[in-house]
Amino acid sequence: MTQIIFYIFGAMLLLSATMVVVIKNPIHAALFLVLSFFSSAAVWLLLNAEFLAIALVLVYVGAVMVLFLFVVMMLDINLSTFKDGFARYFPLGIIIALLMVVAMGMIVGSDYFATDTYKQIDTSMTSSNTKLLGYAIYTDYLYQFEIAGAILLVAIIAAISLSMSKSKITKSTHPNEQVSVKKEDRLRVVKMKTEKKEE
Amino acid sequence: MITLPEVLLLGTLLFCISVAGIFLNRKNVLILLMCIELMLLSVNINFIAFSHFLGDIHGQVFVFFILTVAAAESAIGLAILVVMFRNQDTINVDELNSMKG
Repeated sequence: MTQIIFYIFGAMLLLSATMVVVIKNPIHAALFLVLSFFSSAAVWLLLNAEFLAIALVLVYVGAVMVLFLFVVMMLDINLSTFKDGFARYFPLGIIIALLMVVAMGMIVGSDYFATDTYKQIDTSMTSSNTKLLGYAIYTDYLYQFEIAGAILLVAIIAAISLSMSKSKITKSTHPNEQVSVKKEDRLRVVKMKTEKKEE
Repeated sequence: MITLPEVLLLGTLLFCISVAGIFLNRKNVLILLMCIELMLLSVNINFIAFSHFLGDIHGQVFVFFILTVAAAESAIGLAILVVMFRNQDTINVDELNSMKG
């Protein structure tokens, strides 16, 4: 039963990944990427990685893919020019992908590593996945965890400072110009005749 | 019962699909970023498979860090993309030749 569910979600993952690659419209590609993240989260659930499966759905589908869709819809791009070289590079891409599949498949299936001798270890009875992961992160990997937080902070600052537009709307003052201002720049003495009050 | 070679083969196929995608969509920066996300996902599948079949939680810790770095990478990449589109009016890779590289 588990194997059937694994095959269904694995096929869904591969199909949606293929659609991301070959489809013309970037919005549809982003939506298929969402589907592939969902199905791989299901595969991770089958492999007892519950916390990371939920984190994948929350962080990736909830935040990163929404960011992707937002950028795709905001950019007014001309779709027709993008698929010009598609037919030309199609044979090369297929050949390289097949070569990589064969090479990696030989490594994965080789007798030397004996990957099929590993049996599934039932960790579900010992402790919850989230608890185990929390113990590992907050004890052995504490410094690395804090570095990950620093990386996210750097990403926030970089994204904001890159995309902040220096338009005329922002009313910032320039201290150098402010200090070196002279009286003549601001004050204008107007000479004019005095007017009599008309009766 | 799921076996380890099946999961490794799934990760392999996903990685190869995304490599082919980088070859096929070499004009559109957006699809290139999406293919990089798929590659990181296939690496994560491998980590989780080994973590499950060896009974070792540390593989999942690494997946956690890869997710963090991938999120930061896509945020900065998309910000660069927005700035690039604002300045050059295109995200076609062929037209981005102002640095003559």
